Amino acid sequence: MNPAIQGLVTIIVGVGGCIAYFYFSNQILDKVIFPATGKHAGRNISRANMVRPWLFLAPAIFALGLYLAYPVVETLRLSLTDRDLGGAFVGLANYQQMMDEPKFWEALRNNFLWLLVVPAFATAFGLLAAQLTDRLSWGNIAKSLIFMPMAISFVGAAVIFRLIYVARPEDQAQIGVLNAVWLQFQGGGGSFIFLKILPAIILVCFAALSAYVVYLVIKPYLQGYKRGGLLAHLGRVIIAVGGLYLAFLALRSTLTLFGAELPYGEPQQWLTIPFYNNFFLMVVLIWIQTGFAMVILSAALRGIPEETVEAAIVDGANPFEVFFQIKVPQIMGTIVVVWTTITLTVLKVFDIVFAMTNGQWETQVLANYMFDKLFRANDWGVGSASAIVIMLLVSPILIWNVYNARKEMR
Amino acid sequence: MAAIAGTKSGLVWTVQLSTIALVLLWLFPTVGLLVSSFRTVDQINSSGWWGALTTAEQNEVIRAADPDDNRVADGDMFVVSGNLFDGGTNKTITVWGTSSRAIDAFVPGDVADLGDGETVTVQPNGDYEWRGDDDQISGRGQRIFVTTQSPPEFTLDNYNTVLTGGYSDGGMTQAFFNTLTVTIPATIIPIVIAAFAAYALAWMDFPGRAVLIALVVALLVVPLQLALIPLLRLHLGIGIGKGYLGVWLAHTGFGLPLAIYLLRNYMVGLPKDIIENAKVDGATDFQIFTKIILPLSFPALASFAIFQFLWTWNDLLVAKVFLIDATGETTVMTNQIVELLGTRGGNWEILATAAFVSIAVPLVVFFTMQKYLVRGLLAGSVK
Repeated sequence: MNPAIQGLVTIIVGVGGCIAYFYFSNQILDKVIFPATGKHAGRNISRANMVRPWLFLAPAIFALGLYLAYPVVETLRLSLTDRDLGGAFVGLANYQQMMDEPKFWEALRNNFLWLLVVPAFATAFGLLAAQLTDRLSWGNIAKSLIFMPMAISFVGAAVIFRLIYVARPEDQAQIGVLNAVWLQFQGGGGSFIFLKILPAIILVCFAALSAYVVYLVIKPYLQGYKRGGLLAHLGRVIIAVGGLYLAFLALRSTLTLFGAELPYGEPQQWLTIPFYNNFFLMVVLIWIQTGFAMVILSAALRGIPEETVEAAIVDGANPFEVFFQIKVPQIMGTIVVVWTTITLTVLKVFDIVFAMTNGQWETQVLANYMFDKLFRANDWGVGSASAIVIMLLVSPILIWNVYNARKEMR
Repeated sequence: MAAIAGTKSGLVWTVQLSTIALVLLWLFPTVGLLVSSFRTVDQINSSGWWGALTTAEQNEVIRAADPDDNRVADGDMFVVSGNLFDGGTNKTITVWGTSSRAIDAFVPGDVADLGDGETVTVQPNGDYEWRGDDDQISGRGQRIFVTTQSPPEFTLDNYNTVLTGGYSDGGMTQAFFNTLTVTIPATIIPIVIAAFAAYALAWMDFPGRAVLIALVVALLVVPLQLALIPLLRLHLGIGIGKGYLGVWLAHTGFGLPLAIYLLRNYMVGLPKDIIENAKVDGATDFQIFTKIILPLSFPALASFAIFQFLWTWNDLLVAKVFLIDATGETTVMTNQIVELLGTRGGNWEILATAAFVSIAVPLVVFFTMQKYLVRGLLAGSVK
């Protein structure tokens, strides 16, 4: 059967079936099982109303259970069994095998790198774009252009960025922007300013910013602060440690930068330079996610009461103080939401790595590692074990979201 | 006061310029792909896409035709003549040479003396004549080093190749229709199921409602990586195998949490009076849902539809696991592009065009329905 016709039939059967199910199940409930007539009419109506929600929910519960809840349990079970032994229980052997593989540790390290860098930069750029376009007459056009990459598939974005990173031999014209720009630097004074001083300034600023965030987070403790739940304390400690690590990384890179002997005049295969190629991949996701952060943060900025900003201006605050001390604290909740949402996307990132390097040259990430185990090595045990690792990394956010949703409903 | 006004306008200018810079930076990559998809192979290889509107200069080494097959006698001399570019091109030669040490020794029309009466001459359009005695005009063709200039040139040929070509030439037609076949049922079916569930969670009272809502919020973030192995086993076990039905079901399952969450949040905000009045007038829940709730929820339905459409259209992982079998007949566009990256990674004219074909539809949807997309994003991020 032609797939198009099959698709059409599926839509009709699927949608028609759903509607028919809802209609007839309600009819049967009201007319046959608990008819609203006779001597038990009142009791029957209330009984029917007790059953009805479950009729409405049944298909959804079935689909959610089968496609999301059951796999969590089943993956956990599979991660403890071995396919070659006919699914025998092998305890933690798969995890042991995974831990012994350097590729797994590489994937884990890279995932943490992605977790630190992508949400930070996407949120920062999004905040910048939201603030810049806030009062602009053509702000909406600017916003939709920055937002546009959201519609582009990760694979499409991978092609777009491979065109940017492409390298040709030295004697041919460079068709990748990055190499064309790179070859402009020949090691003179200009190169020194742009490739040493400027990045150093950016790195030091970044380190300072991280340190400032750490300071803000631990400030209450320095003043003898005791309140807050365990979760809040834990969050603060994690942010503080992460921030310090970032600041340390930035300062260390500044030193390496000045010591490094840059290969001027040679076209570079950017995606094959170990460690740094991770950042070239992250750029793709930052490019896509910035629009998302901008849209949400822009709405949050609009929601800030005008009086607070006006009061600050009357008190003589400059635009930067207004932004950092009045606006940002008021939208902190939204920033956290944006940050966690992008974190979730990062944990599941697969297509970008798969299409650009397929984990070669030390760019492996967990989701791609899992795919590799699953379909190339055909090792379902280790594949499931790595999926469970992703689940473990996601679960703090899961708990946090459920906690918040329940709090909101009360 | 004047000073304050001065800094104000300075700030306004900074904001304007930074915004322009940011927008250009964000557009630059996509524009590169778009421009490249309209350039010829020669043009792509001779200059970066940002030089598409200027004349490109390129150095090439071309051999004259094989003397043993092509030489013609002219008195006691032999002549090989022809066109360096085999005719079809609009390049012009600016300078040329016969040795790699002096590639710019001659201008077109000059006669290069290679010694002992052997000569070569090259015209601006690439016509050449290579003349010498029996011994000289033999073996391999004379090497000619040319520096060419090609004026800007745009073409629709790439789209022609990609849209009409077969699977192995990078043809996208089959993949395009496959993607469409995956996308449409996978967008519509979860909406229907989720709408009923969302109504129950928003407006019906029953024990366990709060737990169910919490469960939906939890499932919202479960990585679908977890579902791959068990569900593939399940599909293979119950005979669905790899195919459209499997991928539709999988997308339906993975899309449901967001659908229920978005729709419930929207339906909860609908005015209570309408629903209670309808109940007083004797309407059943089914009637309230179809006659009142569904029409009023159109914005939320549209939001989710766009999300799910973009997600299923752009998806690679689910299609690779649940749909694409060994024959590759059911390949989708994202997968086709990944294969092209592997097999024809250097053919940028094919790659850029194929990629642009695949992102064209989402871009159209994005720009026409942006309002709903933004609304959905704002409602969908857990607060």
